[in-house]
Amino acid sequence: MRPFTILALVILAVVLAACAEREQTANGIKSDAAPYQGTNHPFVVTGWKPGDRNSWEQQMKVRTVQGQNDYAKVP
Amino acid sequence: MARMKFICDSERCIECNGCVTACKNEHEVPWGVNRRRVVTLNDGVPGEKSVSVACMHCSDAPCMAVCPTNTFYRTEEGVVLHDKDTCIGCGYCSYACPFGAPQFPASGTFGVRGKMDKCTFCAGGPEANGSQAEFEKYGRNRLAEGKLPACAEMCSTKALLAGDGDVVADIFRNRVLKRGKGAEVWGWGTAYGSKQAGQPQGAKS
Repeated sequence: MRPFTILALVILAVVLAACAEREQTANGIKSDAAPYQGTNHPFVVTGWKPGDRNSWEQQMKVRTVQGQNDYAKVP
Repeated sequence: MARMKFICDSERCIECNGCVTACKNEHEVPWGVNRRRVVTLNDGVPGEKSVSVACMHCSDAPCMAVCPTNTFYRTEEGVVLHDKDTCIGCGYCSYACPFGAPQFPASGTFGVRGKMDKCTFCAGGPEANGSQAEFEKYGRNRLAEGKLPACAEMCSTKALLAGDGDVVADIFRNRVLKRGKGAEVWGWGTAYGSKQAGQPQGAKS
């Protein structure tokens, strides 16, 4: 009986762990990583080097002009 | 250094709400919260004008000035972001913002008035770039992926421009010169901190 109770409690704790509230800290403004640092997932577009500020800024300018300046496409 | 800005060209906006939809989809924004919306003046009257409005990432942001918990911060790229962990949902930023950018979800931590949510210029928040925690609180961090905000990139008529303020201003200036009208961008003076060249005398910013 006792091992069964302990086992049930362990299973219950594991199952209910997902229901716990996520930790929320109040440490004021945190430092935010600069966007030029990039991310680790595969959605990062190619053509620039993550971690290089100049490369990122150039990528932003190129993307702005190529994607949004229609006079650059059709003079 | 890049200084990120939005401009909406009211001569081109056709009120399709593609920007609104792109934003909601990209960031999985909950029901009742619209980080971006399209406002139409003189709706139905010939000559009506529409403009897509969200946080303008003001150079001298009123929301930052009134926040009692110092929740807002400005990145080096000029994007005004906030830390939801310190937001108390008081709504002062909502009263201070001339663009109605701060939004308050009707469900969540504080019930009827949740923690403030607003446009992040697709730059996420204080959490690690591209992390799940950042996505759940602020949405995608497209800037860290080398992309521009989804709303502007999805705009079919390229009415909504986003990017480095200098580049965006050049694109817009070129347009105005070619078509010969439409220099008065609403909100420009407030967001950019001063009257800009090309604005008519006495025009509201």
